[in-house]
Amino acid sequence: MIRFLIPLALCLLMPGTRTAAQEAVTEFGTGPTPLLVRSTTDIGIIRPVMEQFAEQNPDLTITYEQWGSNALFQHSKTACKTGDSPADAVFSSAVQQMVWLVNAACAHRYSSALMQALPPARRWRDELWGITTEPAVIVYNKDRLDDLEAPRSRFALLDAMRTRPDLLRGRVATYDIAASGLGYLFAYGDSLEATTFGSLIEGFARIDAVATCCSAEIIRDVARGRFLIAYNVLGSYVANAQDPAVGVILPEDYTLVLSRAYMIPRNAANSAGGQRLLDFLLSPTAQDLLARSGLVARMDAAETGLAPSARRFIPLSPALLVASDPNRRAELFNLWNDAFDVETAR
Amino acid sequence: MFRPPLPHSLTARVLSAVVLILVLGGVLVGLSIWANGRLAARQAYDRLLLGAASDIAESVRIQEGQPIVDLPVSAFELLAQAPDDRIYYAVRGPDGRFITGLDPDTVIAPPQPVSQSAQYFAADLNGEPARFVRLPRLFAERDFSGEVEIVVGQTLLARRAMTAGLMLDALLPMAVAGALLLIMSWFVTRSALRPLEAMSDDLIRRDPYDLTPVASDGLPRELQVMIAAMNRFMGRLDRQVLSMRNLIADTAHQLRTPVAAIRVQAEIAQADPDSPAGRRALDRLLNRTRSLGTLLDQLLSRAMVIHRIDSAPRLPVDLREVALEALEQSDHEVIAPGVEVHLKIGEDPVWVRGDAFSLGEATKNLLGNALRHGKAPVSIGASLVGGQAVLWVRDSGPGPETSVSARLGDRFNRNAGSGEDSSGLGLSIVKSTAEAFDGTVEMTRTDDGFRVSLNFPAATEGPGA
Repeated sequence: MIRFLIPLALCLLMPGTRTAAQEAVTEFGTGPTPLLVRSTTDIGIIRPVMEQFAEQNPDLTITYEQWGSNALFQHSKTACKTGDSPADAVFSSAVQQMVWLVNAACAHRYSSALMQALPPARRWRDELWGITTEPAVIVYNKDRLDDLEAPRSRFALLDAMRTRPDLLRGRVATYDIAASGLGYLFAYGDSLEATTFGSLIEGFARIDAVATCCSAEIIRDVARGRFLIAYNVLGSYVANAQDPAVGVILPEDYTLVLSRAYMIPRNAANSAGGQRLLDFLLSPTAQDLLARSGLVARMDAAETGLAPSARRFIPLSPALLVASDPNRRAELFNLWNDAFDVETAR
Repeated sequence: MFRPPLPHSLTARVLSAVVLILVLGGVLVGLSIWANGRLAARQAYDRLLLGAASDIAESVRIQEGQPIVDLPVSAFELLAQAPDDRIYYAVRGPDGRFITGLDPDTVIAPPQPVSQSAQYFAADLNGEPARFVRLPRLFAERDFSGEVEIVVGQTLLARRAMTAGLMLDALLPMAVAGALLLIMSWFVTRSALRPLEAMSDDLIRRDPYDLTPVASDGLPRELQVMIAAMNRFMGRLDRQVLSMRNLIADTAHQLRTPVAAIRVQAEIAQADPDSPAGRRALDRLLNRTRSLGTLLDQLLSRAMVIHRIDSAPRLPVDLREVALEALEQSDHEVIAPGVEVHLKIGEDPVWVRGDAFSLGEATKNLLGNALRHGKAPVSIGASLVGGQAVLWVRDSGPGPETSVSARLGDRFNRNAGSGEDSSGLGLSIVKSTAEAFDGTVEMTRTDDGFRVSLNFPAATEGPGA
């Protein structure tokens, strides 16, 4: 059945015809009811889950649009205010933006037993739900750095940058926080741990670290040896790349753990469809599929060797509004831009 | 289909009153608890708002002549104490210039005039009711001088939840207490009404012809009143039944002898109408029938008096009028021709409460006795003597023998001197009347005659007063 459906879904892949902001569009299913999903998640990673959902809901035609987080935020904001082409479901890794949208009354309220079972850090107001578990990790090139040399914590990374500047110069990468809402969120999360963050920025500045875009590209470049170390990369993308040359480290001092936030826009045309997708995503079946895609990482100490006290879940809470504060952003950008040689060309 | 409502039981009435009181009380207390809870929640969360606003105000600094906000996470963690509430914040410089905030497009204007201290106000936040605080901070730096305004707001979910929680915490024990009170009042009502039920059972079991008093020992005072009234009523019924029985028995007994005598006289007269014996028999026949008439009058009068004593209402009666009427109606010319009767009454009325008819009958009997058995001159009068209303009849004779006056009022105490035209019922009527109206019969023997008086407690007021 699945084997049959995958080619079918592939046949239905349509070229993007909408605005330039969206990166890719795929359709799943052929039902009479349209369901528009906008997400920052790569289609390649989420595909098995969406196919399973389409199979279970033959009445739906799911249009899955992949967006950059900032573009998606701007578009959702406009859609909320003007009612112009709202999606039926939005989920993004830039959860501070989703919290902002919910705070601005842009979300539709929904509750079911599955949602009530979520821990409080993974839901807010019954309007925003965390559907994945993804750590922010350090990745390194296994061929150039062996396991002993690889930094297992931020302190080790700081030491490495101090002691071996020549080796690492221009070969440490992280997200460009201006281009990536997720990168900004991780940088904001780090900035709350004030001392380490300041030292890190200084260290990055000293070795001319590169701020660039997009998980897949960063991981690819690490695998190719262009970068030796990439800091604060979303673990799910690494797991998905499954490249033997890439090693993954959950920083032992603390590891930020993100849960992609899912929201049903207030003026969604098919909010019921959005609710069905949410129920499905939180169901054990979908969570298993997401785990296989690396989107639900097992964070228990036995699996990761990470002490529970080192896990920093980014909670879906109004406190995340601070991350969206214009002054705060401006300040973080100032600090960042002073330190980084932003790589614009890809 | 229409069904007539069942009569309410006392228990149901008392209980519904208790329920009504409890519900009313509950509503009042509930309202007060709600108001208190709302106030408590408002104060608690207003403090959070103010705390957050103060945190933000503290974080404003002047950098190159411009105010910059280094937004503290702690402020938002304070606000996140209301975890599900939406937040608004904005920091504006002089002239309302936007420094930082959630959304430059959402403007929440505080009510005018603005004060120089923290100021709370209510407004809608994205279509949801919310509460805000406005906190100004004044700067007087070299390169920046003026007021920075911090507005922080929050929707009301947590406040409502807290109000509801406080209310529930207070109302639940109250509801339990109410239920307990209800159960207790049921038991109390049942136990209070148990004597009534016992009495009802007693009455139901009672033989309908049993007119003896109902026992009221150990019953509550309220019921004793009722039972006393009932016993009085039954006593009257009993007395009336008894007097009826007496009347019939008396009538039968009294009529047998005269009727037999009349028959004998009539037979004699019939046997030889023209003989002197026959004529004498006719005379006797006439006398006998006349005295039979008197007897019937008295029997009826006594029955009437006894009936009225129990049933006629007590009204103010002027004893002077009673005396006057007795004098006018009395056929003393027939009983004792030539005897003069004097009426001695004063100017002032002599009020008693009683039944005019019974008093009149009693007086007529006294006057009749005086005329029949006493000596002229006879006088009748009424007067007030020291709080006693007295109606008296006096004659100049020696009065009856002591043995007669001692047995006064017994039915048919006819003695040898009574004669065949007397039944002995007269004084019985007098005595019954006196007793019925709380009076006494007094007989006084003086040198110049014999006086019988009826003494009653004087009524203070006449009719219509």
